[in-house]
This record gives sequence, C-alpha cells and structure tokens, in this order.
Amino acid sequence: MLLGQSLGGPRKLNIYFRETIRHMMDIGIGSVIIVALIAFFIGAVTAVQFSYQLGGTLIPRYYIGYIVRDMTIIELAPTITCLVLAGKVGSNIASEIGGMRQKEHIDAMEIMGVNTASFLILPRVIAGLTMIPLLVFMAAIISIFGAFVASVPIGLFSADEFIKGLGMFYDPYNVFMMFVKSVVFAFILITIPAYQGYNVRGGSIELGNASTAAVVFSNVFILLSDYFIALLLTT
Amino acid sequence: MIRVEKIYKQFGDLEVLKDINVEFERGKTNLIIGRSGAGKTVLLKILIGLIIPTSGTVFYDDTDFYKLNKKQIRKLRMEVGMLFQASALFDSYTVEENIRFPLDMFTNFTPAEKSNRVNSCLEKVNLEGVNNRYPSEISGGMQKRVGIARAIVMHPQYLFCDEPNSGLDPKTSILIDQLIRDITRENNITTIINTHDMNSVMEIGENIILLQDGHLVWQGSSGDVLSTDSGIIQNFIFASPFLQRLKKLALEK
Ligand SMILES: Nc1ncnc2c1ncn2[C@@H]1O[C@H](COP(=O)(O)OP(=O)(O)OP(=O)(O)O)[C@@H](O)[C@H]1O
Ligand SMILES: [Mg+2]
Repeated sequence: MLLGQSLGGPRKLNIYFRETIRHMMDIGIGSVIIVALIAFFIGAVTAVQFSYQLGGTLIPRYYIGYIVRDMTIIELAPTITCLVLAGKVGSNIASEIGGMRQKEHIDAMEIMGVNTASFLILPRVIAGLTMIPLLVFMAAIISIFGAFVASVPIGLFSADEFIKGLGMFYDPYNVFMMFVKSVVFAFILITIPAYQGYNVRGGSIELGNASTAAVVFSNVFILLSDYFIALLLTT
Repeated sequence: MIRVEKIYKQFGDLEVLKDINVEFERGKTNLIIGRSGAGKTVLLKILIGLIIPTSGTVFYDDTDFYKLNKKQIRKLRMEVGMLFQASALFDSYTVEENIRFPLDMFTNFTPAEKSNRVNSCLEKVNLEGVNNRYPSEISGGMQKRVGIARAIVMHPQYLFCDEPNSGLDPKTSILIDQLIRDITRENNITTIINTHDMNSVMEIGENIILLQDGHLVWQGSSGDVLSTDSGIIQNFIFASPFLQRLKKLALEK
C-alpha cells in the first residue's frame, strides 16, 4: 500500500539534499583551516624563494608578484590543496563508507530498496564538486596574501612592487584553468575513496588498507591528470 | 509465501548449506534454528540476495528472486523488513532518524505522519523517550529493538529477524516474540526468524526448521518438538540438563 506513493518523488530528493548539505559542511567547513594554513605558507615560501632566486639579476622585483600570482593560480593552489584534501577528505570517505559496509549498514539500506551506490556517493560528489573549487579559490587568495605578509615587512620587496606585479599580464584564462583543475581533482579525490570504501571486505586491517589505497591512488591520479590538463589547456 | 529451492552455498572449500528445500508460509512465524555457525544467517541473507547462493533459487510467491533485475529487486525489497544480527543501525543518525529513514526515502508522508509512525513503532517495541539518542548511547538490547522498529516501520510483507531476542532480558524477549507473532498474524505477512532461544521456539514456533551440518534435518511446529521422538531435535532443544529434567517432569505428569 505504501508502494504506490513510494517511488522517487520530492521526499527522496529531500533526503539526498540533506545528505549533500551535511557533506558540504564536512568537506567545506571542515577543511578551511588546514587549507588556509597550507596556502598561507606556500605563498610565503614561494615569495621568499623567488626573491632569493631573482636577487642579483636584472629582473625587476615586481616580477615576484606576477610569478607568485600565476604559480599559485595555475599550479600550487589547485594541486597542493587537492593533494592535501585527498589525504584528509579522501581517507575519511574511504573509512566512513568502508565502515558502513563492514557494519552491514549498506546491506541494511540495500534490503530497504535503497540504491546505495547512488545514495552514498552522489551527495559526496556534489558536495566535493561545489566545495573543493571554492576551497581552491580561497587557497589562491590566501597564498598571495601569505606572499605579501611574509616578504614586505622584512623588506624583500615593497608593497608597491608586489601589487604592481600582481596586476601584470593578468589572464583570466589562468583562473579558468584553476577551476578546471579543481573540479577534475575534486571528482578524483571523492570517487576513488568512495569506490575503495564501498568495495571493502573483511575487517579493520582491510579497512586501513582501503583508506591508504584511496589516498595513494587519488594522489597519483591527481598528478597524472594535472599533467594532462596542463598539456591540454596550454599547448 | 517464500519457497527455497535446492539452495547450496559454498565459501571456498566450506560447504555451509547443502540442498535446502523449504516453504515459509504467509501469516505464520517461521523459525530457523541450529547451532552457532549452522548457516542460519547465511540462509536468511540468501533469501534477500545479500549473499548469492552457489546454486538453487528462492521464490516469493510465484516470483523467482534470482531472475529479477536490479530494479525489480529494489522494488521487492521495499516490501521486506529485516533485523540484522548486529542491528546495523546507522550510527550518524539518531534513533528516530534511523527508524524514519525508510519513510524519508520512500514515502511522501508529512513530518507529523512520520513522527507518529516512528513513535508507534517505538511504543510497540517497548522503547520510549530515546528518540534523540544515538545508537552508541543505548544498550545492545535497545539497539535490537530499534532495529525491529525500523524493520516494521514500512509495514513490510516479509519480515526477517536475525536473532531478535539475543541480548534481551527474558521479559523483553517474550514481549518481542509476541510482538513479532502479532504483527505476523494481523498483517498476514511472511515472517522468518533465526534463533537459538528455546523460549521462542516453544512460544512462537509455528513452522520450525533445524539446520545441522548444512542440511535441513528436521521440520515441524513447537507442538511437534514435544511429541517427536526424533533424536536430532531432542538433542538440540533439550541440550541443557535443566530442560531435560523439566521435560522428564512434564512427561511424567
Ligand atoms: N562471508 C563469508 N565468508 C566465508 N565464510 C562465511 C561467510 N559468512 C559465513 N560464513 C561461514 O558460514 C558458516 C555459517 O555462518 P552463519 O553466520 O550463517 O552462522 P549462524 O548459524 O548464523 O551462526 P550464529 O548463530 O552464531 O549467528 C560459518 O561457518 C561461517 O564461518
Ligand atoms: Mg547468525
């Protein structure tokens, strides 16, 4: 009797929506601090080291702003952020879904008639695809800020030089590239761990292995796709 | 009605079930009994496709379960409620959210209707005031009862319970047995229960099968248990010296 009104419908969307919001909170809010911290120091170190490398050359100082900006946007922000998130978010997803598999939660959903692959993976993918590009964007801005804070007060270059550099040769295409990378990396670092967790068998040793494999494979695939995206979008 | 036909199950070299043929009737409490490791859980999971048999099949009325496609399986499963041996409550959800989960997933009930349904199920399993607790915050026996509440919340046509009263005190245990029997009769559903609880066997065993060494070795009702002279069932049911003495006394009278 329940069956008539049971298939699909707005209620089901509702629970998918709730799950998506929950994972957006987990992935987004849960990663802000670590991503900000790493982004800040990457920016800081990049600026300091470039001013060291450029020291004694004829290249003007304000190039540092330009270099930091583009390195961050094109490469460091998306790649480093996503490698870190593969460790944090990826291992979390693998062990959460893997734990549900081992504790028969997935079986319990299956016998209710739930499409568990879709219910467990889809909300996480949507959450990842929305939150991770935002985190990457945030990382890029914080990196540039980090470069400024780490270098200007100690006199490596002046605020004016840095800001002048930041405004030079600006190409929105690079920002586009950053978002392409972050979407692709996000997809990788959500789906690979989800797959590893969903198919785990055995006990806690297998769960640990699945979590490790999830991180390692995500990292490898992020780096590989980084290379191919670079080839595809720049040549 | 669920009919099991020529079910074999092997895990590697281990033969767990050998040529199981049995019919579980609608409106009756069907019991699967057997020693620990006899294959009760495996058989129950085979019924609903959580474990795939090496050979043989399962019929739901006239539907061959193992000929269904994924979508048809999901549709059939919506009519099934199952209590897992370890309860399998979702630990990131509260008790209420656990029980409400199938309602959220598959119905268009209003929040008030859902909450009524949840509370009436909780009442049935004799649990109230735990709605907002998490599974990790309630005892094992309470988890079991929440598991039963979740299994019956959709008013299933088929109810599978894997050891519904292990870990419960005798009084609650009897209550749960009676609840399952009442639901079975009132809604005329097909109920299958795995148990080693001899109270349950005698209380609600309308159709009992005994598994031993992978074979179905005895079938009958709780009445038959007392009257039969089958050594197998005698050895199994009256394993404890206490029960043996009781039985002797009963027969003498
Ligand atoms: N996934 C599996 N892989 C390998 N062997 C398994 C698997 N599941 C169950 N078995 C084996 O099948 C046999 C029957 O297990 P089952 O869980 O059905 O026992 P049971 O009758 O439910 O016991 P209990 O009363 O202790 O719950 C056991 O020997 C067990 O080791
Ligand atoms: Mg069992």
